[in-house]
Amino acid sequence: MGPLNGESNTEKAEAFADHTNGVTLRVKEATSLPVEADSISPDLFVDRTNSEIKNLPLFCGRRKVNVGDLFIVEGETADKIIIKGDVKNYKKIGQNMTRGRITVAGDVGMHLGAYMQGGEIIVHGDVHDWAGAHMQGGIIRIKGNGGHFAGAGYPGEKRGANRGAILIEGNAGNETGTRMRRGLIVVTGDTGEFTGANLIAGSIFVFGRLGERAGAGNKRGSIVAMGDTAPLLPTYHYQCRFQSVCLRVYLRCIRSWGLPVSDDQMDGSFRRFSGDITALGKGEILIHD
Amino acid sequence: MQINTVEIEDTFAEAFKMWGSRLIITAVSEKWAITTARAATGFGTSIIGCGCEAGIGRTLPADETPDGRPGVEVLFFTTSKKAVEPLLLARVGQCIMTSPTSACFNGLVSEREVKVGGKLRYFGDGFQSSKLVDGRRLWRIPVMDGEFVIEENFGMQKSVGGGNFLVLAENQQAALEACENAVSAMQEVPGIIMPFPGGIVRSGSKTSSKYKGMTVSTNTAYCPTIRRQVKSALPEGVNSVMEIVIDGLSEKAISEAMRMGIEAACIPGVVSISAGNYGGTLGPYHFHLTRIMA
Repeated sequence: MGPLNGESNTEKAEAFADHTNGVTLRVKEATSLPVEADSISPDLFVDRTNSEIKNLPLFCGRRKVNVGDLFIVEGETADKIIIKGDVKNYKKIGQNMTRGRITVAGDVGMHLGAYMQGGEIIVHGDVHDWAGAHMQGGIIRIKGNGGHFAGAGYPGEKRGANRGAILIEGNAGNETGTRMRRGLIVVTGDTGEFTGANLIAGSIFVFGRLGERAGAGNKRGSIVAMGDTAPLLPTYHYQCRFQSVCLRVYLRCIRSWGLPVSDDQMDGSFRRFSGDITALGKGEILIHD
Repeated sequence: MQINTVEIEDTFAEAFKMWGSRLIITAVSEKWAITTARAATGFGTSIIGCGCEAGIGRTLPADETPDGRPGVEVLFFTTSKKAVEPLLLARVGQCIMTSPTSACFNGLVSEREVKVGGKLRYFGDGFQSSKLVDGRRLWRIPVMDGEFVIEENFGMQKSVGGGNFLVLAENQQAALEACENAVSAMQEVPGIIMPFPGGIVRSGSKTSSKYKGMTVSTNTAYCPTIRRQVKSALPEGVNSVMEIVIDGLSEKAISEAMRMGIEAACIPGVVSISAGNYGGTLGPYHFHLTRIMA
């Protein structure tokens, strides 16, 4: 799956040019084993020397290894991390991070930025499931497609993301933003089924097609469909057609992140459907006319 | 000191500590943003009788407002920090929320905040909802034309009230023209207001009265019609005086505004520029005219 908004090599080069003072991790050899990579975090790199970073532990399958076993490490004591190479099987990169920036030149595995509280993660590729699960701050920018459960809460947990933003410049999978308490998810492509299921109060913007059964169990959350939508659940009731000032604030914010928001979308009217009446019923789905 | 043959008197304006807030009002058009701002800042000329001093600052183009609509900045000043919250609750609740298409955002980042939207939200009768967008907590209150959006908290900070200068002119027309020029120039300075009608005061006051129960009365020293009956401060040839009062979020803003205003007021027909003070005994801020214009 490639990104919807293709980036030129020049753009990629510019994106990496200002990270020359960070720590660069180059994958030595691709592995088919899953790697638990929660040690790759700006908080853990910022005070460590090159050799200390190399000695940080990772789990490759069931084997405990060090960062230096899997990566060529360049740089030290920085909260900017650049990852180059195939990290599709690397999970939990940036988990719990509170500061700095991680830039990945390629696809990334599951749980990217889970529980993160601050800082920025930029992925120039696709991301697997559970990106930004339970995040509490910061921003994740995915230039390709997102997987399932972006910004969601893990099974058994009452709440998903609580603040922060996830920007997916491609398509997103199923159950995007499930049980979000606060925070913002923007998908410039399409979303799968059950987008914003059991939303508590977060906001999800979908610029492509909003998938089936969106907002099932929504309490107070907002789902905004800027493009096409699948038929809504019968537990949503049409209220009115109006111009929302609050959405303008959101859309200006989204535009400031470099995502394409047209003047027509900014000035447009929205049809408001409230629901889900099987839950609290104070949530909404807003559909751009 | 003289500017364009207008004498700048070697005196100073005496100003006081106040607490200030800056609100950004937006609406569907500049016309409605200004209409809302006028309503919100009405009857806010002097702390003596109005409980606050309020005014309209700059008009803001759409790309400078949080919601991308035309906006206006309004500033409110009052003497006690405890008075800020009830002041804003009343003004926003009665004049901004009621105005068609309006929205209201905090325009002053400060550690000290008062809860305004966080209290007005109860007008939503349980149907209000909040959103945290780009660091701003907004309340959406359903109203008859759609929804009213207001920020939860508004910043307030120590400010300066009562900066002023007096335009002493040969006649009323010259005084008015000079003051209009000054107000027009001063409107470009961010963070200040001139709370009186059109920015100009024609009834300056002194802090005493012959009548019991009156704390202020007309500034007899500058009234030309009684110049021979009182100890007048008017030079020969002066037949009309008008004053410009300035409140600002900082001393620097007031100094800059006074500099621009005095420069613009020095036109033919104006004899001298003076300032109001109480001998330096009451207000901690002193704006010396000759130093400002140096």
